[in-house]
Formats: sequence, structure tokens, C-alpha cells
Amino acid sequence: MPVLEAKGTEVELNDEGFMVDSSQWTPELAEALAEKEGIGALTERHWKVITFCREDAAQNGQPPGLRRISKLSGVPTKELYQLFPKGPGKLAAKVSGLPKPKACI
Amino acid sequence: MSTQITEPRAEENVAPTPARTPIEHVSVIVSKGTLDMAYPGLILANAARMSGIDATLFFTFWGLDVITKKSIDHLHVATVGNPSMHIPTMLGGLPGMESVASEVMKKQMEKLDIPPVREMIEILYDSGAKLYACQMAMDMFKRTREDLVPQVEDVISAMDFFDKSEGAQVLFI
Repeated sequence: MPVLEAKGTEVELNDEGFMVDSSQWTPELAEALAEKEGIGALTERHWKVITFCREDAAQNGQPPGLRRISKLSGVPTKELYQLFPKGPGKLAAKVSGLPKPKACI
Repeated sequence: MSTQITEPRAEENVAPTPARTPIEHVSVIVSKGTLDMAYPGLILANAARMSGIDATLFFTFWGLDVITKKSIDHLHVATVGNPSMHIPTMLGGLPGMESVASEVMKKQMEKLDIPPVREMIEILYDSGAKLYACQMAMDMFKRTREDLVPQVEDVISAMDFFDKSEGAQVLFI
């Protein structure tokens, strides 16, 4: 299984690049995941999305879909695609250390 | 004269494993204007965009209703000639049945956090999906550009659609 390393911590990723254990997530790992996924340096707007995803998943037991993120995080759909151009549906959850969302919207 | 048949060598017999290439572009042809046929195309195109896949949508024939200002908020489920409704066709034809069935479906969609069609079209537009109307269908139903919602990029021919679908997986719905 692939492994991601950030500042001396190693975590396991699944074959699609999602963290296996979301409780191991740290902000440093988010930066490493963003680097790996070609997102680059995380801005304050990225962090707004990541913080929302982490909190929402902790409350609901599953990662939020994109419509939920755009409705509740304060970051609109258009901007989500600018922040995560290669697919915000997967990447927001991935960088947040969460599994792949089940929501289709 | 005898013909000798030679067995192909083992390594020639093995078909090469095809390389799995990720989908990079989907083109969805939306040809129906009922609620139950509009959603699948819109949801698939949106799922593609969420995964970072380019999406092109081509609205043709009754699919034009999905992007027409007057009809976008009033799409219905077909209660007649729809075996999946599980009600007798005679009942499905009664006045008001279609409205009731459509309302039930809309409520169920909202419960699943699936937005109304108008919002789906806005989400698709914001996601960078490209929406096109079919010129021939527009002529046939006597509609003009002004009849369509502003998220529609252009009115194009079928040949234009294929030009814009280069390298895409094409889905007909």
C-alpha cells in the first residue's frame, strides 16, 4: 500500500490515494497531500474548505458532497473548481484526510 | 498436396492486456424532457466534473425542455406508458396524476440533497461543463436563443457537437 510521509510521520494511503485512517490527519499531511495531487500551496480559502469538510465529517460520519460544501462552507461552486481544478468532489475530501464521498452531487 | 496447419506459438496466442486509461472527457446527449430522463444526464455530467473529467452536454429534441426558460421548472414524470411507475396505465392517465407523481419525485430528490433542475444547470455551468442546444431541434420546435436559459453556451449542429466531443465518451440518454 502506498505511504505518504510528512515531517517524519508516515501514513497509509489506499490505491486511490485517500488516507486509510482519517484520525491520523494533520495540517502538515494536508499540505503533503495537496502537493502530491498537484494542488500546490494551500491558501486560506483551501483551509476554509478543509476545515468545513473535517468538521462536517466528524458530525455526520461521512465526507460531505460538493453541493453540501458549497451550500454550507461559504465557498461557492465556481471557486471550489478554481481551488481544486482536478476535481473538487474527490480532492477536497482527499486533502482533508477523509474517504471518497458517496454523494453524487 | 497437403496443407500443413501450424499451431500459433503460445506467446502469439495471448492477447495483450489493454492499458486502462482514465476517462478525461464525457459528452452527454440529453434527448428527453421528462424529469426522470433529465436527471441522469445532468447528474452523470456533474459527477464527471466533480472527478475532474471534462463534460459537454448536448440538448436535443425533447431534451431542449431541460434548458428552456419556460419549462425548466415544470418537467414532469411520465405516468402513462411508464412500466416502472407500477400503477395501471388507465390510472396514470387521470387528470392530475402526472403532477402528483412529479411532486413526489421532486420531494424525494430534495431529501437526497439533489437540487431542482434549474439549480443543477447552474451547478453544471459553474463547474465548467459546456452546455449546447441542438440547432435542428431548435428549428423544429421554433425556439430562439432567447427562449433558453443563459447557461447555454451556444446553439450548434450535430457535426459541431462531435467536433466538441473529441476524445470523449459519448452517452445518449
